Amino acid sequence: MTQPTTSEIIARCEELYQDLNFTAARVWKEAKPGRKVIGYLPVYVPRELIHAAGMLPLGIMGGGDNLEVIHGDAYYQSYICRIPRSTIELGVSGRLDFVDGMLFPSICDVIRNLSGMWKMLFPEVYAKYFDVPQTYKDEIGGTFYIGEMREFLSDLEKIAGRKITDEQINTSIRVYNENRRLVNELYALRAAVPWQAPASEAYLVIRAGLLLPVEEHSRLLRQYIDAAKVEERPIKDNCKVVVTGMFCEQPPLNLIKSLELSGCYVVDDDFMLVSRWLIGDVPESGDPVYNLSQAFLHRSMSTAAKYEPNLEEKGQFLVRAVRDTGAEGVIFASTSFCDPALLDRPMLQNVLKAADIPFIAFKYAENSGQMQPIREQAGTFVDSIKLWSVA
Amino acid sequence: MRPSIVKAQPADVLKDASMIKQKEMMANHYNRLTSAHETGAKVASTFVPGNLNELIMCFDLVNNLPEVNAIQSGLRKQSGAYIMEAERAGHSEDVCTYVKSDIGMMMKGNIGPNGKKLPDPDVLLLSYTGCFTFLKWFELLREQYKCPTIFLQTPYMADGKVTPNMIQYMVKQLKEDVIPTLEKVSGVKFDIDRLREYLAKSAKAEDDLVYILQSGKNKPSPIDAYFGGIYYIGPIFGAFRGTDDAIDYYRFLREEVDQRIAAGLGPVTPDGPMGEEKYRLVVEGPPNYTHFRQFWKMFYDEGAIVVASSYTKVGGTYDYGFRHDPDRPLETLAEYCLGVYTNRSLPMRIDMLCDYINEYEADGLLINSIKSCNSFSAGQLLIMREVEKRTGKPAAFIETDLVDPRYFSAANVKNRLESYFQMIEQKRSSAGAAA
Ligand code: SF4
Ligand code: SF4
Repeated sequence: MTQPTTSEIIARCEELYQDLNFTAARVWKEAKPGRKVIGYLPVYVPRELIHAAGMLPLGIMGGGDNLEVIHGDAYYQSYICRIPRSTIELGVSGRLDFVDGMLFPSICDVIRNLSGMWKMLFPEVYAKYFDVPQTYKDEIGGTFYIGEMREFLSDLEKIAGRKITDEQINTSIRVYNENRRLVNELYALRAAVPWQAPASEAYLVIRAGLLLPVEEHSRLLRQYIDAAKVEERPIKDNCKVVVTGMFCEQPPLNLIKSLELSGCYVVDDDFMLVSRWLIGDVPESGDPVYNLSQAFLHRSMSTAAKYEPNLEEKGQFLVRAVRDTGAEGVIFASTSFCDPALLDRPMLQNVLKAADIPFIAFKYAENSGQMQPIREQAGTFVDSIKLWSVA
Repeated sequence: MRPSIVKAQPADVLKDASMIKQKEMMANHYNRLTSAHETGAKVASTFVPGNLNELIMCFDLVNNLPEVNAIQSGLRKQSGAYIMEAERAGHSEDVCTYVKSDIGMMMKGNIGPNGKKLPDPDVLLLSYTGCFTFLKWFELLREQYKCPTIFLQTPYMADGKVTPNMIQYMVKQLKEDVIPTLEKVSGVKFDIDRLREYLAKSAKAEDDLVYILQSGKNKPSPIDAYFGGIYYIGPIFGAFRGTDDAIDYYRFLREEVDQRIAAGLGPVTPDGPMGEEKYRLVVEGPPNYTHFRQFWKMFYDEGAIVVASSYTKVGGTYDYGFRHDPDRPLETLAEYCLGVYTNRSLPMRIDMLCDYINEYEADGLLINSIKSCNSFSAGQLLIMREVEKRTGKPAAFIETDLVDPRYFSAANVKNRLESYFQMIEQKRSSAGAAA
């Protein structure tokens, strides 16, 4: 079999990304009787448990800039972000009619309330608000989280009509460990040689992982990384930046491309955090639920939706991201009306000021069309960074 | 006469005894807070939903509630300037205005309603109940005050039930984090019997509060359960739950309400006794505080009374049977937090509003949607349609903000209300014609 080129892989990923009917997941489900699909919203759910139940975890990241929202606006006031209304649109327009369950992670009050709305609108579909601990002691937050995961597992068992064994979960952990390693490899590659793996491409490759079975996605990642490494691509005089604030409602692809066109190499980000939420491998033997809880408590990413118990640690993840990738600045891109991102922003900016890291900030929506202002702002930012580094 | 030396008696002017009592309590409380430096008292800041006042008192800490300070700033028309101050300092125009009012107030010297500086908190008790913003709000305050911050997570009642896992989680947090840190900060050893004593007092006042809130079922209703309700919930939602003062206050109020019921009287408004009761409403959502009187007037001028509201349940859903229970001191605190209105799932909120419309024989539901409050606002349009469908009563939607005067458009609100009242009339006459 010949190795596909990056453009072939990206074309496939873009097709998946643009497909608001989730055809790939439908095809997967229809391929075998009894298959089930469980949708989840940002920011994190333990997909290993769904996988172990023999089901397909399907990441629903809103409707993007291609979905015409006809019904969704009737559910939300103008001062609420867009992802819940486009998600409702996906639901009421029948695009999610094949989904057997939906998970609403504990990320903010909008997603929280959406969980109840889903129960009202689609009473026949399993809908769960997936609560996670915001306290990180084993005996306290850990025990609570194990309890929540066990409850979720027993729901999954009911949907699956069978028991889910520890062995099955451990197998799934192994599969997801591999996937996370590959995702991290892609991030590392992009940070080291961003011209070889542009952010807009990396985005699509990772996003495909929300739509495909994990095994298939891991193969795709491998192929992309291998192809990206060897392809001849021009090096540009761009600035390396970290973008942050895009952990829930996703930016339009054009926004990422616009940042690149205005002279940025995006070397780290918080898009689709579910793909790399757990840091390092989860142990592949022993009590899998305990192991997943340990990883969540002690080895997981930081984001605005998570409480930081230690004042000294607040925002340091961003400083580390800058240092580790050799970035020269940070771009705060926050969804309009996003309380978590926007309330967090001043604190993170203070941390960056103290660390002498330049930053800019703007807001976007998943359907933002006008990129000119963002392009200009990012372009000016890049120019000023270059000027400073010369001075 | 200084309010703190007024001794209120129920035999005083009928409508005023409870009000005088509340003023006296508030004045004393703010004086206690602003003199904390001189007296050496230590201060705990915390939130109204999930307010653990009984526990805070066990450590001789004075309870400071930033939400109440923001309300005070709103009522005094200072919040607008505070919010702008916070926005100038980099806070987004999109976020909760309570937070910005609080931060702006801090930046302007943290002057309390009594004109004196509020003390810096010795501890932030981040009782994370029913609102995600709380989490960020106290992270922001922690950045400023650099004081110990205690986190207490209340799981969300997403499936309409409290599970043993939720209770155990909360009790463990109380035992292993909250109480030991409060002991350390205050230097006072925890005494569970003292907690029991306060909890018993809470329950006593809570009985009377429920009686008062449910008096809205009378026709005419002797109370306005939204605008007036804000005052009625003040002591129990704030720094007085578990005190003798709260017991007295609610006893006075209950007597007043009984007298109004006996005399067939409606509520007392800022312009005096209310005229004929024409419309009975249930209201969902917080009020606007920057134009509070003007807002209220739009109702009572038209003969509209709010007979029940969800906002008066953000600090506890006592009318659904919850009482603080001295026999299960820590579990009861957990259950209290779990049950507050904003911690209830959307279907539970809908059930509650439908119950109110039916039980209080209301003409319909009015939603005051708050621009900057995701906790309340996200989902309210579905709530409106569902309640309308289930009760067959008309609903209406208005949009304002809690403490940001820029989002109160008097003309718009008035227009909406007027057409809503007309809608109710039409519904009545068509129902009459059909009968
Ligand atoms: S974009 Fe922000 S406010 Fe909107 S649902 Fe996501 S986290 Fe919540
Ligand atoms: S978001 Fe709403 S509930 Fe939360 S602090 Fe602000 S006003 Fe209160």
